[in-house]
Amino acid sequence: MRSESRAALLLLTPAAIILVVFFFVPVIAGFALSLTDFDLYSIGDIHNTRVVALHNYRELLGSGIFWTAVVNTLYFALAGGPLTVVVSLAAALLVNARLTKYKALFRTVYFAPVVTTLVAVAIVFKYLYHPRFGVLNRVLGALHLPTPDWLGDPHLAMFAIILLAVWKGFGYTMIIFITGLQNIPEELYEAARIDGAAWWQQFRHVTVPMLGPTFLFVGVVVAIGQMQIFAEPYVMTGGGPLNKTLTVVMLMYQQGFKFWRMGYAASVAFILFLLIGAATVLQMKLQERR
Amino acid sequence: MSRRLESAVLHGMLIAGGIVTLFPLFWMLSASFMSTGEAATLPPHLLPHAATLAQYRQLFVRLNLGRAFFSSAFVAIIVTISSVLFGSMAGYAFAKLRFGGRDRLFGLLLSAVVIPPQVGMLPLFLLMKQLHLVNSYWGAIIPSMATMFGIFLIRQFMLSVPQDLLEAARLDGAGELRIYWSVVMPLARPILATLATFMFMSTWNDFMWPLIILSDQSHYTLPVALANLSGEHVQDIELMMAGAVVTVLPVLLVFLALQRYYIAGLMAGSVKG
Repeated sequence: MRSESRAALLLLTPAAIILVVFFFVPVIAGFALSLTDFDLYSIGDIHNTRVVALHNYRELLGSGIFWTAVVNTLYFALAGGPLTVVVSLAAALLVNARLTKYKALFRTVYFAPVVTTLVAVAIVFKYLYHPRFGVLNRVLGALHLPTPDWLGDPHLAMFAIILLAVWKGFGYTMIIFITGLQNIPEELYEAARIDGAAWWQQFRHVTVPMLGPTFLFVGVVVAIGQMQIFAEPYVMTGGGPLNKTLTVVMLMYQQGFKFWRMGYAASVAFILFLLIGAATVLQMKLQERR
Repeated sequence: MSRRLESAVLHGMLIAGGIVTLFPLFWMLSASFMSTGEAATLPPHLLPHAATLAQYRQLFVRLNLGRAFFSSAFVAIIVTISSVLFGSMAGYAFAKLRFGGRDRLFGLLLSAVVIPPQVGMLPLFLLMKQLHLVNSYWGAIIPSMATMFGIFLIRQFMLSVPQDLLEAARLDGAGELRIYWSVVMPLARPILATLATFMFMSTWNDFMWPLIILSDQSHYTLPVALANLSGEHVQDIELMMAGAVVTVLPVLLVFLALQRYYIAGLMAGSVKG
């Protein structure tokens, strides 16, 4: 027993040091930082820092740009999340269908965008979205459809970024749905067929109810990930046009690492924490009800 | 609907989906072999009329992207090795060794996964500044040398290692560390491969923390170098596509070679993308 404890201590120490010093302490310090006016002058001399209690939070809640960032982030998560779920469920149904040949090949193809580097594909999409030379508008133009300035139009820019996020992310949730589909007992479908249920009825009355918990899990996992959106607007729009793609994490980055208003930026980070915490609690509450 | 028709419709949709999915990557590759200006011609070229390596030459000879490639590889490899090692040590201890407060400690760790990493980034930067690690590879590496995801993944696997095996080794007089290294680690190879693949790819693709901590071009990783380059060379579509290929291709190849392990890791319930 004693030697087991000693071994455990030894084996846990490296990971514990890294996680405590470089994760847990910074997180706690982040909250403390959000209660100060730490800025560029504080970096020069720490004595230039004052404790301002909740002043940063008050300033934040009264600032228009903060609410713009929150609304943009929620729009991205609440529109992009469900869209990803729909696309990935469709892909999972197609790949997992009984008649499908080369299942592994299609699965790999659909999954490929997930492993690509976000910054690189964001740049690729930026050119695909180009109003004049972009392939997307070339195709739309050939079909005599409108050819908007995807990333330059304030009403469309975030939607264009959502399309990139769906393309990049649906393969991941598709894998989770495929697992869920494979866990549905085949007898249920057989019974439905004997009762004369068509494809759509089987989908509605067998597949959807059996996938219930998976839907919830996928939806919330995706939404939590999407609330941390940063690289796409950083590379594609810089937050514009008219701040329509400015997100919470981007606001934190700009305030903290461009203007060095680190106390203020830390309060932005904690609002993000609260948003994600709320989404997680919501998930657990919904799962309990099932 | 006849079975033949049903199959045709099904595969038609699968192939259409596949084309839409692969098109951006195909276009990236194709445009990277075009000469300057060709990607913006009318009517558009889907394939380069005369394929050239000029863009790649400019990237590596004039813009020194080889250095960023090296930085990315170095950071990703060190993070992979250490996070697999430290994760396996901690994961094994949590799964198989009995010590006081184990379950409470693990519960604490588990509840911390909901904390978004951005929350700690500002103080972490100030800490790195104190340690003189800003703009160094170690500043990018150290925070990822052990991850909660790695510990959970390994622990989950280790729970299935039979206790009898460990007791037998103890009866044979093997020390605890020896059991971990010589008995358990060889058994854990598949899960170690999963974690290694996962960590390599997510570190290679990581953007925000390297952007913050690597302030000078000499240490930029590929995503940071690429984002920087895209600001200066907005008009050079073909050049930027070559840079995107250089960045994406290594992870794509690692994925194709090790996808069995990678997908197993995703199924184990990761949140990172």
